[in-house]
Amino acid sequence: MSSYSLRGLHWFNALSAGAKPVEGLPASLKVADGVLGSQPARFIAVVADPDNRFVRARNGEVGLLEGWGLAKAVDEVIAADRDKPHKRALIAIVDVPSQAYGRREEALGIHQALAGAADSYARARLAGHAVIGLLVGKAMSGAFLAHGYQANRLIALRDPGVMVHAMGKASAARVTLRSVEELETLAASVPPMAYDIDSYASLGLLWETLSVEQIEQPTAADLTRVTECLSLAIEDVAAKGRDLSSRLGATHRAASSQVRQLLRAQW
Amino acid sequence: MTDSAELLQPYLQRRSFVELGARQRAKALLDPGTYRELLDPFQRVMSPWLSRQGVVPQADDGVVIAKGSIGGLPVVIAAIEGAFQGGSLGEVGGAKMAGALELAADDNRNGIPTRAVLLLETGGVRLQEANLGLAAIADIHAAIVDLRQYQPVIGVVAGSVGCFGGMSIAAGLCSYLLVTQEARLGLNGPQVIEQEAGLEEYDSRDRPFIWSLTGGEQRFASGLVDRYVADDVAQIQQQVSELLQQGLPAQQRSRQADLFLQRLARLDAGPQIEAATVRDLYQGERS
Amino acid sequence: METLSFEFPAGQPPRGRTLVGCVGSGDLEVLIEPGQAGKLTITVQTSVNGSEQRWEHLFRRMFEGQTPPAMDIDIHDFGATPGVVRLRLEQGFEEIGHD
Repeated sequence: MSSYSLRGLHWFNALSAGAKPVEGLPASLKVADGVLGSQPARFIAVVADPDNRFVRARNGEVGLLEGWGLAKAVDEVIAADRDKPHKRALIAIVDVPSQAYGRREEALGIHQALAGAADSYARARLAGHAVIGLLVGKAMSGAFLAHGYQANRLIALRDPGVMVHAMGKASAARVTLRSVEELETLAASVPPMAYDIDSYASLGLLWETLSVEQIEQPTAADLTRVTECLSLAIEDVAAKGRDLSSRLGATHRAASSQVRQLLRAQW
Repeated sequence: MTDSAELLQPYLQRRSFVELGARQRAKALLDPGTYRELLDPFQRVMSPWLSRQGVVPQADDGVVIAKGSIGGLPVVIAAIEGAFQGGSLGEVGGAKMAGALELAADDNRNGIPTRAVLLLETGGVRLQEANLGLAAIADIHAAIVDLRQYQPVIGVVAGSVGCFGGMSIAAGLCSYLLVTQEARLGLNGPQVIEQEAGLEEYDSRDRPFIWSLTGGEQRFASGLVDRYVADDVAQIQQQVSELLQQGLPAQQRSRQADLFLQRLARLDAGPQIEAATVRDLYQGERS
Repeated sequence: METLSFEFPAGQPPRGRTLVGCVGSGDLEVLIEPGQAGKLTITVQTSVNGSEQRWEHLFRRMFEGQTPPAMDIDIHDFGATPGVVRLRLEQGFEEIGHD
């Protein structure tokens, strides 16, 4: 009996209140067209579907249907706004525990499904849509690469349940032949390995970290706060451009900038 | 030459690509005399994170970036060394690959038609650098999609490590993929699937089973890769060159969401999956 | 993991530089570059602790009583056996044109 997070669903419902749901997508995707402040926006979340046809993707994991479904949801926006001067923002509400792990998934090419999602989000960004990732829960490995990591700006809520990583603690401990406690001790002195959101923030990848009153189900004040921040993020994108260069510059990511400088000099 | 010597000639002259390291593979693919490495190992641009964890670093951080030409066309090759930490990507190696792709895209915006070839021998994110590896892979994804506006990006998965994790998503973003029989291409490593889903679902020690679902031959028969090549330097070089000449594909595989959703809708996901089912569902005529 | 340093008398610097090997399990990478005339310096970063004596032994056998070229040798070792170490070093020396 697995439990799953409801944060993504709750934040989606709160942010997209009054928005028009988008039909024709898998039930594990919540997609709606509405407004953020005065900006038109499409809200997208991946949520648990206990009746998912794919049994290994019933707890909010990003699997085959979710990957291709995200691609479709984003492609629709690119196509619809292609000739419009003002491109809708895409708000990716991120609460994804992992990619789906299963035989069906591997056999049917889940890697390709997640590539579909990443492709669409990246092309939306290149086409001039502001893509904002709002991290309200877990943002783990392949799932995050597919849903959120192609965003222009990443905003995280400050909470122990908000976590970005390449592999869950238990798996990572097993794979590196350590105990979870040993892993946590190591992570404390190696910022990129840490699981808490403040360590992640120190890598310079987040645009903003926000504290809220009620992480599971936003209060009215929480909603106002987050909506304002999302709106500011959209404005920031409009001013600064379409690539991911805003993620560079933190001290902990100095080598990433140095490598790019050297490549340019030696090109 | 006798008849049997003539028959044997191609086999005697075959040179294994799989047995070559990353640097040798990059050299082997580039036109003779055109290989020029950037951030070569003597510059010692290494991982800032490994030594403090008692892990011995490699001078090139496991990624080789080389410019040159293939069939006369300007390319940059990014080759991952599978023998170093399972080809896993850390901050520096990831930045080398992402940065090279970014510069190739910039080249095209300035009228220089630089293409990219990625030699993918990798387990994905290097766990010792976790979030910096993951972020670098997101940068790689972004850069592939950007460059693909102008030029094809060719991915080669030869084995023996294969291509897994976040880099399998990068493979899925490539314009064309080339694999050998030895290669595997999948999102999750077999051990992780077994851990998460159980032995019945996925036996990580059953090699024929794993290759039957994620091996090069199966991926080709399922239309998830474009070329299936013998483990031979000359043949791989020729295929890469041909694909570069072809330019952008008519259909980008990662842009076919509707098609894949339709196919998945036709599938009865109740029974456990079989390799033949995938081939029939995705290719029909090529099985 | 430990980092060790060794020095031996040497002749003239070689003309070239080379890299052989790879930091795979049971293997090592060796970077060889021209050094200061008269000195052969070796730095070893190794995953195996307490191995200083064995490295010393191996290098003494290779270089003592010889006049090797004045090289700066940088080794990144991941548990290679002395046989593999010797093989890589000899590969390296051959590449820069000296035996």
